Amino acid sequence: MKVRRPAFGAEARAGLVFLVPAMTLISVFFALPVIAGFVLSLTDFDIYSLGSVANTRFVGTANYSGLVDNAVFWASLRNTLYFSLVGGPLTIVLALGAALLLNAKLARFKPLFRTIYFAPVVTSIVAVAVVWRFLYHPRVGLLNRMLDLVGIEGIDWLGDPHWAMPSIILLSIWKNFGYSAIIFLAGLQNAPEELYEAAQIDGAGPLRQFWNITLPELAPTFAFVTLITAIGYFQIFAEPYVMTPDGGPLNSTLTIVMLMYREGFRWWNMGFAAAIAFVLFALVFGATMLRGFFRKGVAR
Amino acid sequence: MKTHFAIALLVCAALVAACTGSHARTEIRVVEFWGMGREGEVVAELVPEFERRNPGIRVAVQQIPWTAAHEKLLTAHVGGSLPDVAQMGNTWVPEFHVVGALQDLTPLEAASASTNREDFFDGIWETSTIDGRLYGVPWYVDTRVLFYRSDLLRDAGFDAPPRSWSEWVRVCAALKAKSGRDDFHPMLLPTNEWPQPVVLAVNLGAPLIAADATAQFSEPKFIQAFTFYLDFFRRRDAPVVAGSQIANLYQQFGEGEFAMLITGPWNVGEMRRRLPAEMQSRWTTAPIPAPDGTPWPGLSIAGGSSLVVFERSEQKEAAWKFIEFLTEPEQQVRFYKLSGNLPARRSAWDDPTLRQDRELAAFRIQLDHTVALPRIPEWERIATAIFEQGELAARGQFDAVEGARRLDVRVDEMLAKRRWVLAR
Repeated sequence: MKVRRPAFGAEARAGLVFLVPAMTLISVFFALPVIAGFVLSLTDFDIYSLGSVANTRFVGTANYSGLVDNAVFWASLRNTLYFSLVGGPLTIVLALGAALLLNAKLARFKPLFRTIYFAPVVTSIVAVAVVWRFLYHPRVGLLNRMLDLVGIEGIDWLGDPHWAMPSIILLSIWKNFGYSAIIFLAGLQNAPEELYEAAQIDGAGPLRQFWNITLPELAPTFAFVTLITAIGYFQIFAEPYVMTPDGGPLNSTLTIVMLMYREGFRWWNMGFAAAIAFVLFALVFGATMLRGFFRKGVAR
Repeated sequence: MKTHFAIALLVCAALVAACTGSHARTEIRVVEFWGMGREGEVVAELVPEFERRNPGIRVAVQQIPWTAAHEKLLTAHVGGSLPDVAQMGNTWVPEFHVVGALQDLTPLEAASASTNREDFFDGIWETSTIDGRLYGVPWYVDTRVLFYRSDLLRDAGFDAPPRSWSEWVRVCAALKAKSGRDDFHPMLLPTNEWPQPVVLAVNLGAPLIAADATAQFSEPKFIQAFTFYLDFFRRRDAPVVAGSQIANLYQQFGEGEFAMLITGPWNVGEMRRRLPAEMQSRWTTAPIPAPDGTPWPGLSIAGGSSLVVFERSEQKEAAWKFIEFLTEPEQQVRFYKLSGNLPARRSAWDDPTLRQDRELAAFRIQLDHTVALPRIPEWERIATAIFEQGELAARGQFDAVEGARRLDVRVDEMLAKRRWVLAR
């Protein structure tokens, strides 16, 4: 006993020494800002506070209850859900389709197509926006020109409150599906070949094989892709910001993060913006938990 | 590209100057200037003349897009990276005064031989004056006047634009009777624009916001103006549409879907560019009609941009020289020719290009009759609240009195912090 104790202490000390660098980084660059952000969300820090810090009051949960009464916040929440619930599944389905095509035995020029699908992911969103603004241009845009050819009257893609969000969703799907497609492709390549051979011998058609082998084999990949897409889409900012900087017609493309940015950096209502940030965190956290709950259900 | 090239040239010039400067005795001072949007581009063409006259000063122009200007300026203030001098939309001046970013220009202006207070339009000068101190010098002005289709008014029996509010209503009725079209509306008042209801309110002398930061929308004068505004929709003299729902304003104006609208100086250039040549003699501008019983013309709002010097600048003297230069009548005229922005000084308007312009005549008259808006940081958000309630009322959800009451509640909420700060 007497021998062991100091040894254990030394081990613990060594362990601590190894932990210190990481813990310092985490506390300085993560924990402290999060705590500061939370404290900020309980104050009315605004433009007057910028003039003099003494002009700041502790307001408790007033920022949070203010959100409940704020029609613009609800609109931004609706827009974010609209974007995530429509754009998310479409992105995943398209990514899966692209991955299946890339994985098909008959497919040729696979590296070329992989590059084409992945190129939008690594392209700067600002450069993308310049091109897509041209595509969406109501008069000279390619989309409306093509509609014109088949005799459909052009749409003011970004100017019409009903079309602005679908336009942003279309852009986002194109921009993001390549990332998920690559992950799906990795998942597909992990599916053991013997299973397909066995199924073929048993007389299973391609649909049957897809349903009974590919999908179950992809389940963990699906879970991961859904999670990453959901987290990313709930925090959507860059796509609508570069296309419709002021939140679009009638705030139709104003997302939660855009509202947070507008309140925080345009009007400098930092307390209120911090409260929005924590509500968003709660939403994303909730969505993630919900997914875990579903997965348990499936496993049973 | 041009501006980039100009900036690159400036940087080179500054570098060369810095290298040779150690031997030469004259020290080159660099003044950093931030200009917004098109103005930032155009100002680069004025700079060479300034540098020729002031060999010891170089101006580095940085162009900021309007959509990001406000947050850029605020974050630059917090980060301590503001330039020496900048253009600033004059509704932002109160806000940057509150955060302590602006240099008090009163003594510099008083000692200046170039800026002449009397030569600036009063309402415009007021916009950058807070509690009697000057924080910005007006650079160009923006006010709202009536644009109208003179041919349609003539067909309806009016050779001249309406001068009083009651005549305005009669013109609308006559235009409607004459047109016989279902999709015709005499007026266009986009429901997502605040200047129209605010112009009407200032004409009746509605106080909007009291000095103690309480909302004054239930005041009878505001309710009267708000009612007059909403009546355009109620009588179907104006359609209930937002600006974003109007596919092509110019085309619709040209096709006579509406005959009158209240808008700003930039649309003079746009109308000339976008309406076909044969339409150009069929539209013009007029000052805002006056409420019955008050002298013509009516009042309008004073907008535009001011030039400010930042408190932390180390080149205040050189920055002020640049402001003096940009607000010189001669440079104001050059700036108008380059950008279409209207001069803030009366003497600049003596230039034949401006004086002989048919559409600008109304602006010249109107500029002597403008009112500065409430100079508080919350103004932009209050303005948004005004048109939001206006739109709901225009859609018939409630009347002017209820709209005013709701406005009072919302705006008082926005101003709660200001009242607390004032009371401290």
